[in-house]
Amino acid sequence: MGWRPALRPYLLIVPALLLTCGILYPFGLGLYYTLFDFSASKPQPDLVRLENYTTVFTQEAFWNSAWVTVLYAVGAAVVETVLGVSVALLLHRSSVIGRVLEKILILPLMIAPVIAAIIWKLMLQPSVGVVNHLLRPFGLGGVQWTDTPTGALLSSIAVDVWVYTPFVAILALAGLRSLPTSPFEAAAVDGAGWWYTFRRLTLPMLWPYVLVAVIFRFMDSLKVFDIIYALTEGGPGDSTVVLQIRAYLEAIRFQRYSFGISYTIVLWAVVYLAAMVLVKHLGKIQRKAAEVK
Amino acid sequence: MDTHAHDRRRFLALGAALAATPLLSACGTGFGGGDDKSDGSAADDVTGSFDWKREKGTTVKALLNKHPYTDALIADLKSFTEKTGIKVEYDVFPEDNYFDKLTVDLSSGRASYDVFMLGAYMVWQYGPPGWLEDLGPWMRNSSATAAEWDQADFFPNLLQADQWSLKAGAPLGQGGQYALPWGWETNVVAYNTEVFKKLGLRPAETFDELRDIAGTIKRKAPGAGFDGMYGIAVRGSRSWATIHPGFMTMYARNGLKDFTVEGGRLTPAMNSPEAVAFTRDWAGMVKQGGPPSWTSYTWYQCSSDLGAKKAGMLFDADTAAYFQAVEGASPASGKIAFHPGPKGPDGSLATNMWIWSLGMNARSKRKSASWLFLQWATGKEHLRRSAITHNHIDPVRRSIADDPAYKDKMRHLPGFIETFETVVDQTKIQFTPQEQFFDATTSWAAALQEIYGGENAKSVLNGLAGDLADKVG
Repeated sequence: MGWRPALRPYLLIVPALLLTCGILYPFGLGLYYTLFDFSASKPQPDLVRLENYTTVFTQEAFWNSAWVTVLYAVGAAVVETVLGVSVALLLHRSSVIGRVLEKILILPLMIAPVIAAIIWKLMLQPSVGVVNHLLRPFGLGGVQWTDTPTGALLSSIAVDVWVYTPFVAILALAGLRSLPTSPFEAAAVDGAGWWYTFRRLTLPMLWPYVLVAVIFRFMDSLKVFDIIYALTEGGPGDSTVVLQIRAYLEAIRFQRYSFGISYTIVLWAVVYLAAMVLVKHLGKIQRKAAEVK
Repeated sequence: MDTHAHDRRRFLALGAALAATPLLSACGTGFGGGDDKSDGSAADDVTGSFDWKREKGTTVKALLNKHPYTDALIADLKSFTEKTGIKVEYDVFPEDNYFDKLTVDLSSGRASYDVFMLGAYMVWQYGPPGWLEDLGPWMRNSSATAAEWDQADFFPNLLQADQWSLKAGAPLGQGGQYALPWGWETNVVAYNTEVFKKLGLRPAETFDELRDIAGTIKRKAPGAGFDGMYGIAVRGSRSWATIHPGFMTMYARNGLKDFTVEGGRLTPAMNSPEAVAFTRDWAGMVKQGGPPSWTSYTWYQCSSDLGAKKAGMLFDADTAAYFQAVEGASPASGKIAFHPGPKGPDGSLATNMWIWSLGMNARSKRKSASWLFLQWATGKEHLRRSAITHNHIDPVRRSIADDPAYKDKMRHLPGFIETFETVVDQTKIQFTPQEQFFDATTSWAAALQEIYGGENAKSVLNGLAGDLADKVG
């Protein structure tokens, strides 16, 4: 064999190798920095090995942030999935209105989440915001949307839901349109009702698509920063300080670089593990869906 | 086939080793490296007689925050270029992003910007890592500094605020001069004269009176024709910026400290019984007479609420009220008056200040030209023009504060000059200088929000003090 054909397989992996290095280099460097006490006040730091991680895990602030992050991610992913699938089912039934609404539905996805959060911040403003203005006739015009810990968390989740429900709906709609028609025709011939058909046919076959949406949304919600920071800055108190905000404050605002990166590495590990579990589950769901088809 | 697979593995191993090389070299050089600090100042290189044209043809890069003071500077840049032959290129960022941009830029070790705006608190963060040029040697070198610059003309408390020894807890006014005062703000009470007249109110002389008036306005103003008006606008977002204006001013007037310093060791004092009582009262005032959605309030919302007649009073920077008070600026313009605000129990008018200062990047390659720019920007000629023809108010120089043209300009604002003159000598940085300032004050703002939300003030502040003790001690 000449040298050119022999070289071809190696050349083919070069782009992938470069891409991998481009991802691994900053990640590895970040990981390396967490082994030191690198901060603005210590530009030539000492090696502290795993001390940053032990400090992170012994901080009450970390556990508070971890709890808030999980609440946010689970809350946002669940609501978006339920609403997204419901919207997809509605749009799937009505072809003319559905096509018009599809175009409108995609609008929130075209807005940067940080801009959406700022718009919502204005709309939720208690005295001049449009939300309270609309609620006033019902005697609910004085709600302080982001002034209480629960209100701030729920408002942040609501903005996330507003931005990302269309994403779930579009994925679910694509799934619905790709389902085979014969099982539904057979069910109709047998006189099956809507709920029975939905429970026994639509949902099992749609699950793989829904789970893909859930994986994306859950992972993204675990990493949320923009929506919460623009809406509440993490307040009131520490009630909406998710792990990303904590990492940002530590690394950028307070200039404790190593410590801030340690937070992001911990968050990366959590997201990675969650994704692994969900992807494994996706495989099972896909196999079950194939059996139904 | 085996040989082929073996070759591929060798190739991959070689590729991985090559990919790891920069990582390993990064490990070797470590954390920014290349620190070529020397003890001598570049100011010593400037000799001979002073000459504004010394750096003709040079370009200085400036990082600026979007602010009316900045607008005044930009409007006058042509005169600097005419005087020196130096061109100024600048980037302007909104305040929300400005300090992150500056922090990241300085910490990267690059010299993308030669000069920049900063506050005195930032000296505590940027000074210790060696990012700021000590301007003291430049100021003392008569070859580098024009005689007309007149250092003695600055209000001394302002010049001292940017001077620090870089040691946590050490008082300001000693050590290097890490920035120059350029524009400042004192924290006072501005109020809507219409609502005060209608409700028969007078500006508060004590904190109790202030709380009372704030509650009264919120209760009575809407029924007196001021729809939706509340009592007092103060900042409330989860940020260091919430602590430093009205809150810290009233805190200091009550004789309270953020930290106590003994033998160079800092101990948090925001949980002393007096501090707990004051903080509880402040949160109570906001609850009774403050804005709805207070926990998101920045200076911008406070200022615009006063201008929109939504707030009866504002306890914040005098400039925040001034920009609403000037003719045509807002629905409340012409109806805003100024007052020094409540005194402390012993009559104290101690006031916390904010200084927009100008600093020089210690890694700048154009230090001589940058110094000429700093001199011009903080000099009498430019600052006088900015104060009189633009909105660069609260002069950092005594000669401008006393200038009849400046006084004529400000006289139409009821109480402005009297308030300024009353508090100017008692206005200083009321915080203890230390590197963890931003962490401490951000956590303090979060604690204030929790107390506002109904948490027990004593336990929240004890928690705050305990947390901070490990960080600053």
